[in-house]
Amino acid sequence: MIELTVNGETRRLDIESDMPLLWALRNELGLTGTKFGCGIAACGACTVQVNGNAMRSCVTPVSAVQGQSITTIEGLSAEGLTDVQQAWIEHQIPQCGYCQSGMIMAVSAHLDNNDSSSADETARAISNICRCGTYPRIKRAIASLQEQRRSGGVQQFDPAATPAQENNV
Amino acid sequence: MTSISRRGFLVGATVVGGGLLMGYAATRPSRHQQANEQFGSPESPFLTTWLRIDQDNTVTIYVPHSEMGQGVLTSVPMMAADELDADWDLVNVEQAPVDDQFANGVLVKGFATSMGVTIPSFLNRMADYATLKAAQIMNMQITGGSSSVRFTGEIGMRTAGAAARQMLVESAAAQWGVPAAELETANSFVMHSGSGRRISYGELATTASQLEPPRAPVLKRPDQFTLMGRSIPRTDIPAKVDGTAQFGIDAQPENMLYAAVLNAPVFGATLAAVNNKAAIMQRRGIQAVVELEDAVAVVADNYWRASQAVQALDVSFAGTEYDQSTSDSIFAGYEVALDNEERHDDVVEGDADTALSDASNVITASYRVPYLAHAAMEPMNCTVHVTDNGIDVWTGTQDNLGIRGQVAGVAEVDENQVRVHACYLGGGFGRRLPTSTNTIEQATRIAMQFDVPVQTLWSREEDTRQDYYRPAVTSRFRASFDSNGNLNAWENIYIGKNEPAEAAHISYGVPNKNIRYVESPTHVPFGAWRSVAHSQHTFFLESFTDELAWQQQMDPLAFRLSLLADKPRHRRVLQEAADRAGWGQPLPEGRAQGIALQECFGSVVAQVAEISLRDDGSVKVEKVVCALDCGRVVHPDNAASQVESGIIYGLTAALYGQISIEDGKVKESNFHDYEMVRLSETPDIESILLESPGAPVGGLGEPATPPIAAAVSNAVFALTGQRIRELPLKRYQFLPTPQEDGARSA
Repeated sequence: MIELTVNGETRRLDIESDMPLLWALRNELGLTGTKFGCGIAACGACTVQVNGNAMRSCVTPVSAVQGQSITTIEGLSAEGLTDVQQAWIEHQIPQCGYCQSGMIMAVSAHLDNNDSSSADETARAISNICRCGTYPRIKRAIASLQEQRRSGGVQQFDPAATPAQENNV
Repeated sequence: MTSISRRGFLVGATVVGGGLLMGYAATRPSRHQQANEQFGSPESPFLTTWLRIDQDNTVTIYVPHSEMGQGVLTSVPMMAADELDADWDLVNVEQAPVDDQFANGVLVKGFATSMGVTIPSFLNRMADYATLKAAQIMNMQITGGSSSVRFTGEIGMRTAGAAARQMLVESAAAQWGVPAAELETANSFVMHSGSGRRISYGELATTASQLEPPRAPVLKRPDQFTLMGRSIPRTDIPAKVDGTAQFGIDAQPENMLYAAVLNAPVFGATLAAVNNKAAIMQRRGIQAVVELEDAVAVVADNYWRASQAVQALDVSFAGTEYDQSTSDSIFAGYEVALDNEERHDDVVEGDADTALSDASNVITASYRVPYLAHAAMEPMNCTVHVTDNGIDVWTGTQDNLGIRGQVAGVAEVDENQVRVHACYLGGGFGRRLPTSTNTIEQATRIAMQFDVPVQTLWSREEDTRQDYYRPAVTSRFRASFDSNGNLNAWENIYIGKNEPAEAAHISYGVPNKNIRYVESPTHVPFGAWRSVAHSQHTFFLESFTDELAWQQQMDPLAFRLSLLADKPRHRRVLQEAADRAGWGQPLPEGRAQGIALQECFGSVVAQVAEISLRDDGSVKVEKVVCALDCGRVVHPDNAASQVESGIIYGLTAALYGQISIEDGKVKESNFHDYEMVRLSETPDIESILLESPGAPVGGLGEPATPPIAAAVSNAVFALTGQRIRELPLKRYQFLPTPQEDGARSA
């Protein structure tokens, strides 16, 4: 049995120890916010956080993360949108949106762990692929988040600024 | 009247240019009445096919397009809401039901009116499902051709909103006994200023829905717009930051199994034998090994188990006549074809042959580009559940009605037995057109072996190696100048004519033009790749134009402007991009700029790329300035997003994009050898959106992609003196060399 602690909840799974975390999350736990993109840790769509560090779950065997604290995009926003997610809305970043779970998990971990990195260092650290090319906006959002965190200010987010409508796609 | 003849009538009328504005207005019973019968109710009636108003005063707008990142679930419905004078906060947006009732005939009209009667082939359904061709064309909800805003929005959505508004006003006028002309509308209410009365759309909707939609409702003037022209937050974004957006791959119907696939590596090959089926079946979780004509699937209770088993397969495929084919042999075949095959006229004006033979100096060049895969982030997938009372399908596709036909064709059931559950697309770019994937049919064949749902999911390697590719193309040029230094002849012979038909045409004024093509088919499947034939031809045309400018020792901008006397929109985008980029101004040491121009999908676009070289001799694109005239901008922020997106998509292709054929197969497999531009390589992008009052609204999803390869390559020439005639740029290692005469950026 494999014991995984995901978003604060511990689950016992009868799975192989070498199953990549990605497929345990998606197929065994039904957490589909974490995406499959390449299977070789080359694109970052599958990025989750393990003990607050970004990790590409498609090449991480579940045995390597037993007993550790795994956070997925579903858990990141469990207590309301984070400043990173809010910035993603404010800067209207996602296009197709498929890579953005991984992008948000990677950027969140980087900003949490590197409060003084430069824009260039941050850009090099975030190697996730976005085929829609949302990078210019991601750069702007990261810059504003770094500024905001440095100044200690909390971003004022007005939910009314976004349409409160259903997207029954 | 049967549905088939109804559709046939509509297409006939639109294609021959009959006075039909909206399909629903000209048929009996009207489409909105049919929509009411199927999907509406007296409490929540449809006023037009695309618009439902509930008694609580909410408006639901149905969008017959797929959301693949382009913002169509915001830009298109806001056009209807604006004409309706709806309160945007009370507007719901839904993807149109995957039903004939919501087929998007407007798209056909859009292309028919903008391109003569030429309907792009991607709007045609695959021949296998042929009934009546007219019905095929009608029966679609295709997203492509940068068409959503300019056709569905401009022709369909605005008319639908204006028609519904007029019906509501007429209902209020009848109820109050006042002339309709005395009534005004705003924020989902009808008001009569004379008596101070006001009534909500919701209260009027049931009565209004009994009226026939007017054929030609009066549309607003741009100065009356309340929503169009504003950057309204996109409706799909909140679900895309918290992981709740549902893509095709996220479908989780109960008891679902997962299929991993190994396709025949050589296109057209067939499966010969699976040699270790029994051993595969012994692996944990494996439910079946499904042998298909051209592939093997392993079905398991977890995708990883299925994919591991696929990697353990011992399979042989039958040989084909293409097993020796390589990129080199294909390009060699192109040279033979260009020399020997029959040349078909594309544009022939004047007498280029004579001008060239009389010229003292003929400039010649031959360009080529490799095959390209789409590499959408979401690998191809489709989930199918075959049941006794129909088939359920979950996938992200650029044509929901189209894939419904594909599934029905494979399963040999009536299309109405197939229920397509539309999902978000993790990237489209042409890859998810029904003509550019065989995943849907394959998933159907696999699922037909089971009574539980099966998700067929391709690995990234299969996605890369089983794509429908932007074709490899070779294009030869000759040009000459007369004794006064005026460009007097342009000759271009290229491989393979595709769409749009005008992709190899030039905007520049040249008296003698000879543009021809030869066909040289290969076994590599063709697919529409963002901007289709424009991305390769704009690289050719704008690079060769640049060669001519330098040949004449003219500034590349000035040279282009001198050939565009009758093209004010082209001159304007060039000048705007150049001015904003500081064209002609001194640049930092080690930098140079290149410029390129194109008109496509109804928009005119110019880009200036500024580059430098890294220490390893690779090209670093520092900055791109893009000026784009799309007639009128509906959603400025989303338009800027599409410009940024188009540039980066084209830049990835220019810098890295190369699919190679070896032994008949695709060599590249994943992002390590089919590389992508990432955050650290992203240039600063400045987009300038220009309007041309009175001009038709142009497309935005594709036009920013074509010019970038030429803009960057032209900058490389300005910096290094090396002319790039073959992409991608990763092929080269550049050493900066000081420029001689004519250098602009010393």
